[in-house]
Amino acid sequence: MIRVQQEDFDLAAELKAMTDGNHQIGGLTSFVGLVRDIAGGETVSAMTLEHYPGMTEKQLAEIEDEANRRWPLDASLIIHRHGRLEPGDQIVLVACASAHREAAFEACHFLIDWLKTKAPFWKLEDTPDGGKWVDARSSDDAAAARWAES
Amino acid sequence: MKLLYFAWVRAKIGIGEETVSPPAEIRDVAGLIDWLKARGAGGADAFADLSLIKVAVNQDYVELDHPVAAGDEVAFFPPVTGG
Repeated sequence: MIRVQQEDFDLAAELKAMTDGNHQIGGLTSFVGLVRDIAGGETVSAMTLEHYPGMTEKQLAEIEDEANRRWPLDASLIIHRHGRLEPGDQIVLVACASAHREAAFEACHFLIDWLKTKAPFWKLEDTPDGGKWVDARSSDDAAAARWAES
Repeated sequence: MKLLYFAWVRAKIGIGEETVSPPAEIRDVAGLIDWLKARGAGGADAFADLSLIKVAVNQDYVELDHPVAAGDEVAFFPPVTGG
């Protein structure tokens, strides 16, 4: 399931909803991304996440389909927030449920790595010098590339 | 043709979206970019370094040689930084 929203999410409630009533599930993994208060040595007081409505949902759905094609998942969930966020706020949730831990761990890692290089979001950080667009990191490309199928 | 701009590309162009009717000889993304650079209104600045520009046609990532046609939705933006 994909959700793109401004509102915060409740991790425990989301995970419970994924597994409720499905006793085939033996493993559930989750990754939550948070806003940090420092970036590249500068203090960040807040950030605004811009996205491309329509394409965001399309890309996230394709990434989720790909995870379900590669691993035997009983449930998967991606929630990504947009709008203004402050240090400590939750930005993104990726969660995967499967019969066994290996598929749940790997699919979750794959989803967050791919999401970071494909989902059309952009971070504008508020710093003491004014608004600053965050640059993409080559390490994120490298992290996504390791999941390429040979 | 609907054009969309995001993040600092939007800031440099000065608007988030517009509808344009490029001349018929504009057949691909590269040609469209050249046309937007020549038109002014921040285009030359926004597209000065194409290694920093990602392009989507109808919400799928494409390369510069991808065709464009009337009715397409073409978006220009920097490399993404979500997650």
